[in-house]
Order: sequence, then structure tokens, then C-alpha cells
Amino acid sequence: MSSAAMRPYVAVFRTRFQLLLQYRAAALAGFGTQCWWGAIKVMVFAAFLSGPVASPMTLRETIDYIWLGQALLTMLPWSADQELARLVRSGDVAYERLRPLETYTYWYARAVARRTATPLLRSIPMILTTGVLLPSLGFAKWGLSAPPGLSAATMFALSLVFVIALASAFATILDLFVVATLSERGVNIVMAPLAIVLSGNLVPLPMLPDWLQPLVRNQPFAGLLDTPLRVYSGHLAGSAALLAIARQALWAVILIALGRALATRVLRRLQTQGG
Amino acid sequence: MNAVRLYTRYVRTSLRGQMQYRGSFLLTSFGAFVATGVDFIAVWALFARFRQIVGWEFGEVALFYAVIGVSFALADGLTRGFDIFGELFVKTGDFDRVLVRPRSTVLQLLGYEVRATRIGRLGQAIVVWGIATRLTSITWSWTVWATLLFAVAGGVALFSGILILQATLAFWTVDSLEIANALTYGGVEAAQYPLDVYARWLRNFLIFVVPLGCVSYFPVAFVLGHADRTGVAPALLQLTPLLGFAFFGVALLVWREGVRHYTSTGS
Repeated sequence: MSSAAMRPYVAVFRTRFQLLLQYRAAALAGFGTQCWWGAIKVMVFAAFLSGPVASPMTLRETIDYIWLGQALLTMLPWSADQELARLVRSGDVAYERLRPLETYTYWYARAVARRTATPLLRSIPMILTTGVLLPSLGFAKWGLSAPPGLSAATMFALSLVFVIALASAFATILDLFVVATLSERGVNIVMAPLAIVLSGNLVPLPMLPDWLQPLVRNQPFAGLLDTPLRVYSGHLAGSAALLAIARQALWAVILIALGRALATRVLRRLQTQGG
Repeated sequence: MNAVRLYTRYVRTSLRGQMQYRGSFLLTSFGAFVATGVDFIAVWALFARFRQIVGWEFGEVALFYAVIGVSFALADGLTRGFDIFGELFVKTGDFDRVLVRPRSTVLQLLGYEVRATRIGRLGQAIVVWGIATRLTSITWSWTVWATLLFAVAGGVALFSGILILQATLAFWTVDSLEIANALTYGGVEAAQYPLDVYARWLRNFLIFVVPLGCVSYFPVAFVLGHADRTGVAPALLQLTPLLGFAFFGVALLVWREGVRHYTSTGS
């Protein structure tokens, strides 16, 4: 796509991004809840790990996984875009089709804005609290530590880029399902548990039973949270890290292709509600 | 009509209304059952790997999980009026209408809606209760049942108290604030595990400030025959859910104070 053709989509991204940055009070309330949640999780996992059975992750890696996972929580595409659901209910979704834009790319750009602006608001206070405040109070053991080296940090940054690409691909598919089923309800009921379990939000994926690991490693949700978190702490390093990032990229490409195919099917015969 | 009869009529009307959308009710309940079921997968997976947590086994933790789960499902189903109080009553000014009726505000808000779909969450907690029964060797005597049912009642009172406090906050903030979620959903999360997992500050908070530990950890530890691990006299353990009722009482007093401060938004 040429840069002139990209311009409207970049503009969509920029305006959505600025709009989403306005929700500061909600971000603060969410931040408080997440700190509480993270603290409970850290203590529960520390208790499990203090037992006699060897753990696939060290306490350090587990704590980083939990705190950084809380910081990046809003990247997870576990529910449909409320605003689009409203458009579908009111029938205004028809206007979306009148714009001189390609609908898939337009919605994808909106999704990218949501997966960058909101996590930015949420992650900065979380990283400052757990990575700076806790250590300065003498609780470094329970806080977020720095990545072990420059290569881990670089690969983490790279992995984050693919998280955004992948999460937005998921989110746009959810949008299309909302359009097809005329309601966000069913989509949310199916998606939320899948995303929570398979991304590693509920339990770090390496701690799931060993016989499940081959399956868990290769499914697309792992690239939403588990991959960047383990790359950050160095639990995934070297070629293993690169392989995991490649998997993220591959799934992003597959899901974008799937989403495009779905878009042509769903949007060809669009049902608009109204009255 | 006395308060009890009025309340049962509220409940009947609310349930009948919801049953008009039977498909939606079934699907939402089933969704809640699956979503909370997923939560228990985490507990199972961790025990499959680590076998125990500071000496407690899977079946035992399942009972902690079940007792707090049943309490929250019941409270969440019964207190919908308080949960959405800010948005639905303060912001719109509809609380004015509640005030002019010759009945207590608490009764009217409790009767606002009984959420039938919470049966999904309740069902999940009961299934886990069954799992706990299979995996532990508790003899289900009358004392055991009485202790646990009293714990559940205390838990319902405690969670209702939290939701009433959340609603009271709306008198000042107008909109509903969801910070209480940290204490309801977050409280369920915390009380799923025995308190000796947590640091002292959190343990004290969960006993003396928001007594979640008193409506699950203490009575369940007693039933499991592990009174010694709690550091509290066994005779007292069965009575600790009383603190849940005390919390509810305090919440009602605060609510009354809030109602006195209420000024209509005029919309």
C-alpha cells in the first residue's frame, strides 16, 4: 500500500488514540484493582513455588510475568469493541460502509489505536509502581525487575510490536462476528475464557501440565501475552525467543488473512437494523 | 402487606420478567458457568503440578473456593439494585421515587432485581463443593453443615455490605465507581486460598477490615480439622462468620448516613 493510500488509516489511528487517552479516571480505578489483583497472585504463586516440587519458572521469572502481565492486560482482545456493537444495534454500521475506505483496514486501524492507547495509560503507572516504587521501598524481591540484558530488552520490544499486530487482528475478527451475529454477547462469552486461559493471563503457560505444552506453545493466544512476558524475563532466550516471535508474526499474518476473507463474506450482505 | 411478603412479591415479579427471555437466560447462565469454571482450571492446573500449597491439598482448597463462591453468587444475585445504584438511581434522579414510597430504601433496592443468571456461578461453586467432598475425608455431620451454612450466610452478608458501601459512594460521586470490584471479585480470588498464603498485612486486612477470612478460611479450616494452623481457638472458629454480619450492619449505618446526604440531580 502506498503512503498516500495509508494516510486515511493513519488519521483514523491518530484520532482514536487521542480519544482513548482521555479516559484517565477509569485508568486510575483500573490501576488500583490491578495492583490488588497482582499482589494476591504474587503471594499465591510464591506459596506454590516454596513447596518441594520443582517449578518450570523461577520465582523471579514468575513475579515479572505477573506484574508485566498486569501492565499489558488491556492488550488482550477478550471482548468486542463496545462502540462498534452500538453501531450494529442502531444500524449506523451502514455508514461505516459508505466511507471511501476499505472497511477491514479501517477497523484494523481503530483496533490498533485501542491496543496501544489504553495499554499505554495502564502500563506506565504499573511499571513505575512495581519496577521503581517497590524496589525503592526495599521490596525489590516482590517487584518487577529489569530485563536480564540488552538482547532480552530488544527482543521484548520486537515481540510487543507483534502483540499489537496479533491482538488487532483478533479484535477485528471479533468486530466482524459482532456484525454477523448482531450482538456482542455471544462473542464475549466465547472469547473471554479462551483469551484468559490460553494467553497465560490466568496461569503462566509453562505451568500448565507438561503434556499440554506442545499444544499450548503453538496456539495463537500465546503470542498475546505469554511470549513477550517470557522474552522479557529471559525465560525464553536466544533461538527459542526468536522462534516464539516468529510464531507470533505467523499467527498475525494468518489471522489478518482470515479476517480479510471473513470481511468480504460478512460485509457483502450487511444486515442493518433500524427504525 | 408486611416487608417479607412484599419482598417475595418483588422476587417473583423479577424472576417472571426474566423468564420471558428464556433463551437469553439459559445462554447467559451457561456462559457464567463456563467462565467461572475456567477460573477453577487454574487451581486444578497449579495443584496438578505443585501438589500442595503451604501444606494444604487440592480437595481442601476446593472447599475454600466453593464456600466463598456460593456466598458471592448468592450475594451478587440478590443485590443488583445496589450494584448499579449510581447509574440507575442517582444519575437519573430515580432515587427520588424510591424515597417517596412508604417502604425502606434497602428493601426496595434489594427487590429491584434478582438476577437469575447468577445460577450459573452458583452451579459452578456447587460442583466444586462436590469435588471437595469427594477428595477430602470430612464426615458430614450436623455440626459441619451448620458451620459451613453459617459461613455462607456470613459471606452473603459481607458481600452485600461491600455492595451497599459501593452504592453509598455514589451519593457523592454520582456515577457508580467500580473500585468495589477489587473487594468483590478480587475478594473471591483472595479467599479461594487459605490465609496463611498471604503476607501479614494482607492477612490482617482480610480478617479485621474486610473480614473475608472469617467467612471462609476460619470456619473451613475448622471443618477440615486444621484448627491448629489458624492460631485461633477452635470454639471461636465456628463463630467468626459473625463478623460478616457485623460488616453488613456497619454498611447499613453508613448507607443511612448517605441517604441523609442525598441531593437529587434534578434530572
